[in-house]
Amino acid sequence: MRILTDRKRAEGLGAAHRGTEHHWHMIISSAALIGLVPLFVFTFGSALGRSHDEVIAYYQQPFPAIVAVLTLLVGFIHFRQGVQTLIEDYTGGMTRKVLIICMICLSYAAAATGLFAIARIAL
Amino acid sequence: MADVNRGNRPLSPHLQVYRPQLTSITSILTRITGNALIIGALLVVWWFIAAAKGPDYFALANGVITSWFGDLVMLGSVWALWYHSLAGIRHLIWDSGRGLEIESAEKLGWAVIIGSLLLTVLTVAVV
Repeated sequence: MRILTDRKRAEGLGAAHRGTEHHWHMIISSAALIGLVPLFVFTFGSALGRSHDEVIAYYQQPFPAIVAVLTLLVGFIHFRQGVQTLIEDYTGGMTRKVLIICMICLSYAAAATGLFAIARIAL
Repeated sequence: MADVNRGNRPLSPHLQVYRPQLTSITSILTRITGNALIIGALLVVWWFIAAAKGPDYFALANGVITSWFGDLVMLGSVWALWYHSLAGIRHLIWDSGRGLEIESAEKLGWAVIIGSLLLTVLTVAVV
């Protein structure tokens, strides 16, 4: 009788033996974003177009600030993984490596900038 | 790999002779919308850092984002965000092993297209 589970047979596949890990992490971040995206669209949307004072007062409230922090953080991690798949599909060799490194740096830099900005407004 | 039979393998679809179908178009749009969202995302980050910096710099960033061109980029980004979100839900449904038959995959495709347009109209109306 085979007692191997489906998961056990899928684990360790791919050239680097981590073929399922990337996919699983995309599922985690996309599931989180299903909740975060509508919350962010309607909180950010109500702040956009208002005066500077009103925007500062709005993002000093906990709920819009935490929604914005989580959406930017999870969103940029999700982008960092998604764009890697895009680059891997169309480029190879050194170009692929340079592009992946650049996009990972851009993703974390943008996330850090957004988080710093919201922390500075909120605190 | 010399013993591999290379004669009987299925050919992958070639773009120049590939008839566009709802399933292929919706799949390509998922990739385009997801990656194009970096433009809107960076604009949003710029808007936040400008707001943190002070009223003068905020006036510049806010002016760019609420100009007619900024509005166009934001409108496109909102649609891309809704489209990519709904298409992502479709992928989660597929990952669970459901909805993979062509008929249900096409129904889900129409749901993603129409749903993203309705949500965009709703967002513009509410915001």
